[in-house]
Amino acid sequence: MSNKEKLLVVENLEVSYGSIEAVKGISFDVYKGEVVTILGANGAGKTTTLRTISGLIKSKSGSIKYKNFELTSMSAHKIVSLGISQAPEGRRVFGILTVEENLKLGAYTKKTFNPATLSWIYELFPRLKERKKQLAGTLSGGEQQMLAIGRALMSEPEMLLLDEPSLGLAPVLVKTIFETIKHIKLSGVTVLLVEQNAKAALKLADRGYVLEVGKIVFKGASKELLESPEIQEAYLGKKK
Amino acid sequence: MEIFIQQLVNGLTIGSIYALVALGYTMVYGVLKLINFAHGDLVAFSAYVGLVIMMQLAGVISSSVVIIVLVFIFTAIIISAFGVLLERLAYKPLRKAPRLSAVVSALGASLIIENGIMLIWGPRPKIFPSNIVPNINWNIGGVYIGLMQLLVLVISFVLMFVLYFFVNQTKLGAAMRASAIDQDAARLMGINVDRIIMITFIIGSALGSVGGLFIGMYYRGIYFNMGWIYGLNAFVAAIIGGIGNIPGAMLGGMLLGIFNALISGYLSSSWALALTYVLLIVIMIFRPTGILGERVAEKV
Ligand SMILES: Nc1ncnc2c1ncn2[C@@H]1O[C@H](COP(=O)(O)OP(=O)(O)OP(=O)(O)O)[C@@H](O)[C@H]1O
Ligand SMILES: [Mg+2]
Repeated sequence: MSNKEKLLVVENLEVSYGSIEAVKGISFDVYKGEVVTILGANGAGKTTTLRTISGLIKSKSGSIKYKNFELTSMSAHKIVSLGISQAPEGRRVFGILTVEENLKLGAYTKKTFNPATLSWIYELFPRLKERKKQLAGTLSGGEQQMLAIGRALMSEPEMLLLDEPSLGLAPVLVKTIFETIKHIKLSGVTVLLVEQNAKAALKLADRGYVLEVGKIVFKGASKELLESPEIQEAYLGKKK
Repeated sequence: MEIFIQQLVNGLTIGSIYALVALGYTMVYGVLKLINFAHGDLVAFSAYVGLVIMMQLAGVISSSVVIIVLVFIFTAIIISAFGVLLERLAYKPLRKAPRLSAVVSALGASLIIENGIMLIWGPRPKIFPSNIVPNINWNIGGVYIGLMQLLVLVISFVLMFVLYFFVNQTKLGAAMRASAIDQDAARLMGINVDRIIMITFIIGSALGSVGGLFIGMYYRGIYFNMGWIYGLNAFVAAIIGGIGNIPGAMLGGMLLGIFNALISGYLSSSWALALTYVLLIVIMIFRPTGILGERVAEKV
């Protein structure tokens, strides 16, 4: 990987909510074209990390470099126009707007709306095309997740942040979503994937980081992590 | 029957004014989930500002059409600027504070504007000149409609149509709706939510200023604390229609105007306010979210 360009470099990032320290000085990086996953149990600080990258919350200290831009001092809407978009935890689709209105809002930063991107998203998720006139709030959980990912892709990002896309989905849908992430990677988009479903995430990702109460405790190539006894025991449900 | 139609015409006129003012409440509530209690006072302020501009222009321009157009434009610009200032000073610093702080701040801003008007123009009513809009009345089968009423109706409907189109058919309008639903999700779309909030205050204040000018030109007498009563009526209209819902504010304003006019026509105008609350309570019992109240998104 060393011959490739680093797209995102996070260094000693600390984030707190009042007196609660949620992220306690983490460092990681993402190379162009990679899928990198951040694993960790509930409350580990995964969502906090992604929200800080997107500029929704401000960090206490540390830096987030994207290409040559420092993101920690940038407002959220500018970060989107730099090429980073996010499908947030809980999907957060605009429930009283239609599927297509949601998708078009995803392209808000684009001067001209590109119909080819929309057709590509409808190819990735044919379900969304069938339901384009339906209110997003009436979609099933899985369809809402597709919409959240599709909407994030509408800005034609270079880097896509996904926060637990498999949460609460039936196994067959989880498979579909992970298949789609593979397609997204193949189309050249770099992906930072937050997951609790460690096995599926590591099978897909190139590298992974494991977060425990705000600190990175393991990191490495996905294969290494999949084979590591500690990870197997703590995150993959296998006995030693 | 003639009384009924006459009161319908009168009700639609005052209803349009309520609707214009109600839009300001409902749009701000939409994006900030805050009742901007100072909005009614800004409306009162706009009538005073408009009167000053009108008197100044009357000295230099002879065409009353030109005067009226300029008065509307200048007043809208000035009141919008005050609306933006209000948001910056009274609400923006409290964006992350508990709801109650913002409500107290809104009430404080309301008192400041109201007393500011009294300090500048005094406690006694001011009267709009009677000759600005010619006093023409048409008698259509026993129902009277005045030129001023016609102006109020036509301009209000045009403005509401333009607003409806803007919100539902333009990119900026979509961004406004998205910001009202979920600010963080809107930010993730690349929407500058602070800018949307500012635009919301500009539009709400500008529409309110048109309402304030109509009050001055239609009723002619304006007084420093009139923002309270007009604001209250418009606020009730916004709630009846479903607060946060733009067509709801238009519908609520019209309904309330007609309701008030019918009460005044058949009973007495002193009943209007009391029965307004009866109407409000009845609607709240049967439709707690108002007539066109927000369809709530299902969270899965
Ligand atoms: N708005 C908030 N105010 C206060 N504390 C918060 C807030 N959001 C998160 N936290 C705390 O920060 C810590 C990290 O939360 P975060 O949501 O980042 O975890 P997570 O890894 O995404 O967990 P999950 O897998 O459950 O989504 C938790 O202890 C949580 O309670
Ligand atoms: Mg989370």
